[in-house]
Amino acid sequence: MVRTLLVRGMLTGILAGLLTFGFLKVYGEPQVDIAIAFETQMDLAKEAAERAKGVAVQGQPELVSRQVQAGIGLFTAVMVYCTAFGGLFGLVFAFAYGRVSGLLTPQAVSLMLAAVGFVAIYLVPNLKYPANPPSIGDPATIKMRTALYFIMIAISIAAMIGAFALRRLLIVRFGDWNANFIVAGYYLVIVVIAGFLLPAVNEVPQQFPAVVLWKFRMASLGAQCILWATLGVLFGASAERVLAAGRVRAAGRVRA
Amino acid sequence: MTSTTFVPAFPVPVIPVRELLPWAIFAGLILLLAIYFVGAEEGATSLISGMYVHEFVHDGRHLLGFPCH
Repeated sequence: MVRTLLVRGMLTGILAGLLTFGFLKVYGEPQVDIAIAFETQMDLAKEAAERAKGVAVQGQPELVSRQVQAGIGLFTAVMVYCTAFGGLFGLVFAFAYGRVSGLLTPQAVSLMLAAVGFVAIYLVPNLKYPANPPSIGDPATIKMRTALYFIMIAISIAAMIGAFALRRLLIVRFGDWNANFIVAGYYLVIVVIAGFLLPAVNEVPQQFPAVVLWKFRMASLGAQCILWATLGVLFGASAERVLAAGRVRAAGRVRA
Repeated sequence: MTSTTFVPAFPVPVIPVRELLPWAIFAGLILLLAIYFVGAEEGATSLISGMYVHEFVHDGRHLLGFPCH
């Protein structure tokens, strides 16, 4: 059963990856291109200034062409990312189904998990540390920025798991519906405190066009919406069939 | 209200943890490693020397929300 759910999750992830790639190719790549043009301009200006001072400048060789980066490179990255998240989604579903609520259908559990995953893994961490196009970000601070981003994701996921554990305790006393709001409040308080305590990262160059930054971040957000919506809707339908088949087999064994 | 217990309308088959654990560990780790390669390899940390992986997944890394150079 777990193996089937894992495989279905990864297959759904592949499908989600194709949709996400298509979206990013159309809406994301133009922003990346403009950002790289901006970066090149800044680099050229800096080189010219260095040369004027009499310092020898050595340009960096291009390891991977832009065409490869924007084509097969983007495709590979998105497909690996989406397939992996699909598989993880299948595994989390295998654990959550029947445990989160005995009354929810597989479709409802899948949709709920997708909404929760989107909020905990992408939306909340990205409100604190938003996605940035090329030319934003000081290479010297990459270690710190990556660490902070993953710490924010870890806190957000841990708070969400804590919320589900808390919900089990609260249901008896406050009922299903009220418990949901209490634990949602608990999650929000934790991530707001974490967001307040963690240091801010603000490395957008002064002259960087605001419209490009906005469009880039919207493209990033849109891609994640497509990924999680596809996982939530399609995996639910797929899991329902698997679980129904499992029930029929189990019933057959009981009768025989 | 002293003896209220939660009774589901129909029993839902729960997958036991001991059946889940091996899958969660092995598949989970491989999938997380895959995400690591897209998201952080040759940026903050590096298992393979050089910058090829970083440059190859460059656009995806930016657009999927990871910090990149």
